[in-house]
Amino acid sequence: MTAVPSSVIDLDRHLEEHEQKTTLRFITCGSVDDGKSTLIGRLLYESKLLLDDHLAALEADSQRIGTQGDALDFALLVDGLQAEREQGITIDVAYRYFTTARRQFIVADTPGHEQYTRNMVTGASTADLAVILIDARKGVLSQTRRHSYIVSLMGIPKVVLAVNKLDLVGYDEQCFRAIEEEYRSFAGAIGIGSVSCVPISALVGDNLLGPSPKTPWYMGPHLMRCLEEAPVRDRAASGAFRFPVQWVNRPNGDFRGFSGTIVGGTVRPGDRVLVLPSNRESVVDRIVTANGDLACAEVGQSVTLTLGDHVDVSRGDLICSARAPASVSDQVEAHIVWMHEQPMLPGRRYMLKLGTRTVNAVPARPKYRLNVETSEHLAANTLTLNEIGVCNLALDQLVVFDPYTVNRDMGGFILVDRLSNDTVGAGIIHFGLRRAQNLHWQNLEVSAEAHANLKGHRPAVIWLTGLSGAGKSTIANVLEKKLHARGIHTFTLDGDNVRHGLNRDLGFTDAERVENIRRVGEVCRLMTQAGLIVIAAFISPFRAERRMVRDLFDPATFYEVFVDAPFEVAAARDPKGLYLKAQRGEIQNFTGVDSPYEDPIDPELHIDTTQVDPDEAADRIITCLREGSVIPDASR
Amino acid sequence: MSLSHLDRLEGEAIHILREAVAESANPVMLYSMGKDSSVMLHLAKKAFFPGALPFPLLHVDTTWKFRDMYAFRSEVAREPGVELLVHQNPEALAARINPFTHGSAMHTAIWKTEGLKQALDKYSFDLAFGGARRDEERSRAKERVFSFRSEQHRWDPKRQRPELWQLYNARVRPGESVRVFPLSNWTEFDIWLYIYREKIPIVPLYFAKERPIVERDGVLIMVDDARMPLRDGETPKLRRVRFRTLGCYPLSGAIESSANNVRAIIEEMLRTTRSERQGRVIDFDETGSMEKKKQEGYF
Repeated sequence: MTAVPSSVIDLDRHLEEHEQKTTLRFITCGSVDDGKSTLIGRLLYESKLLLDDHLAALEADSQRIGTQGDALDFALLVDGLQAEREQGITIDVAYRYFTTARRQFIVADTPGHEQYTRNMVTGASTADLAVILIDARKGVLSQTRRHSYIVSLMGIPKVVLAVNKLDLVGYDEQCFRAIEEEYRSFAGAIGIGSVSCVPISALVGDNLLGPSPKTPWYMGPHLMRCLEEAPVRDRAASGAFRFPVQWVNRPNGDFRGFSGTIVGGTVRPGDRVLVLPSNRESVVDRIVTANGDLACAEVGQSVTLTLGDHVDVSRGDLICSARAPASVSDQVEAHIVWMHEQPMLPGRRYMLKLGTRTVNAVPARPKYRLNVETSEHLAANTLTLNEIGVCNLALDQLVVFDPYTVNRDMGGFILVDRLSNDTVGAGIIHFGLRRAQNLHWQNLEVSAEAHANLKGHRPAVIWLTGLSGAGKSTIANVLEKKLHARGIHTFTLDGDNVRHGLNRDLGFTDAERVENIRRVGEVCRLMTQAGLIVIAAFISPFRAERRMVRDLFDPATFYEVFVDAPFEVAAARDPKGLYLKAQRGEIQNFTGVDSPYEDPIDPELHIDTTQVDPDEAADRIITCLREGSVIPDASR
Repeated sequence: MSLSHLDRLEGEAIHILREAVAESANPVMLYSMGKDSSVMLHLAKKAFFPGALPFPLLHVDTTWKFRDMYAFRSEVAREPGVELLVHQNPEALAARINPFTHGSAMHTAIWKTEGLKQALDKYSFDLAFGGARRDEERSRAKERVFSFRSEQHRWDPKRQRPELWQLYNARVRPGESVRVFPLSNWTEFDIWLYIYREKIPIVPLYFAKERPIVERDGVLIMVDDARMPLRDGETPKLRRVRFRTLGCYPLSGAIESSANNVRAIIEEMLRTTRSERQGRVIDFDETGSMEKKKQEGYF
């Protein structure tokens, strides 16, 4: 809100002007001591946007914990969380709102230090402009380059380089020009189109809201003018119609509408549209809102569309222009920013949310990781927290998208961990890959069912998981003998055996364990297609991988058996002498010692090996298979 | 054609409301009868029009709201398509917790924070809408639109999920929940402009009227019923006041004003130099008090 003199106000005119103001979303970034918080606090203060009680609180705080002696410490206005105020740093994205006579602003204040890159990416995802702060005494630092690279990657079209603390270099023009020149050449090289450089002092207030008398050599606009005059992005608005369906609105049998928010172009009744990925064409009948039907709707509006004919549309589908439809693929190449302490594991399954559609996605090994300071490509097996890389993702369903550079909402996605539900990564799609479309399954004329019919039992996977020494292999042996005696066709896959052949190229890091299990899962799948009952004995310590394997099969086909031995018991048995070696540090990444084992949450069978011997364990599994009608009741 | 500022905010809020409902199993909307609640309810009706609201409203009651607020609540509950649940913490009721004997901090903790947790557990809600705005308070400025809460309903500022573009993640495990704030990007001024534009009904306490007032520790408190113990020398005087925010009446400070309609309130706001939380007694306890309350599960 803009404070105005308490004289007469022409309220209607004021409200109309207020309504017509555009909104600029911008981020501020810089290194820890560049004075970002001070700058924002100062902008609020100078724009006379601080209210009396906020000011009183600021005065009190400045006295108590301020760093500016008796003067006001503007940074305290912005550093919100108590933990941050005590440490004197900003640790999360904070959003501020202010309005000038010309424009509304939403500022995302993003932290400067390295371990919080994810917050900057978050703030940048919706920004139209970035203010990058530089300490005039230090010039362009690696942090500056990192932030600028992210700005470029996230598609922010405009950068204002605020060269701060000019008072501390005596308002020296040469100093400013040198920094400007270095930055402009760097920004050009990484594809930032538009840069304005402004010499400022956030602490003193130079060139913030008006030209400073101390920099007569600077003829450019002051900072606020840069903010007020920067174009607000409208690329998507002028693009093709895009409408991700959020909600099917069916209050009664007569009405069937599709609710969503327009993220590209405009729509009018009578427009020909395409529903993707189903590829059905239709025509827009009505644009329904609570305030009556609209003749036209545009980007940013949340409406409900009805279509001319009865096409099947669900949440996650895209209604788009029939003349300029979006792309559809089940494999994409993307930049991925990793945002979680647990690294990205190629081969692991994640949920991918793009628009309103959520699918399963498996990232391949990264093609490369980026050094965001030098734009160099580095080799990588995984991506860890705050790393950015490029990789292919294979999806279990089609997604509908546009390249990110064309439409941010159609080309940006998040990755969600399937167990913790945390948002672990963000991605930017450049293009779909054709390969998946050209690679068709070989249709088998003798089907899995035909194989099974010949055998007299159904195929299944008995997945034995547990610590080394828990008794998996022993139980597997007894079980296979018993099944064999009943005329059942079986095959046992054992961790050690597989690692001597198929997977001998793999070690024991987390990423390699995931790949090991992925391959075993696929082998199990081929064997069940051959009609076999597969007994798989693998430590398989991670829930996510066991789930990944489970998802390959019909639920009635997969039996997870938790072969449970407490660590002390397994370590005491130590049939291969491995625990001893691991505890001496001779083996790394040993499950239970320096690598975790995640207990199954809801296995089909839980066998406590301190209570049950291998023979009885095998009988219990057989009972399970009989009850599940996998094998016939009586032996043949 | 270009969308107005309020149109953009409306579009975003409706998007958030629909996304949250589509991604949760058992959502609820926290309803407090305040102006932000009124705006949020109005937006929810728009979001699912012509369908009905796909979730109930929940009022976590303290028994200490203004009588006008209870009257307003009854009216809302009578609207077709609105299902209103009311929860009062039975322990607070039994112990007769009140702001006078127990202080504002304990009153809020037991009635509101504990009461809210009880209600969410009782109905197994996995998602709750709230009307909080980021411009209200410093720790709110860092709140996500979809704010993740642990099984103990705790807010951990370090475990919040990154929010990019318009992509929200409402997935939780059993017992965990998400609080969703569709008005995150609205300011107090936007709320009033929207109430004005959309003619949204609000509690009459927002409009100036002569009310029985005592001045206590510099705050104008309305003596709304006989439960309020008066100190020596305190006599309620009729003063022309209104409220910028509403809560429990002994904890809500009034301001002197003659603004008796929405237009006059907006005009008054354009001249004002005090923020709305200034009338709230609970924030004065200590700096960072909101952050602490949120970590304990307060909305």
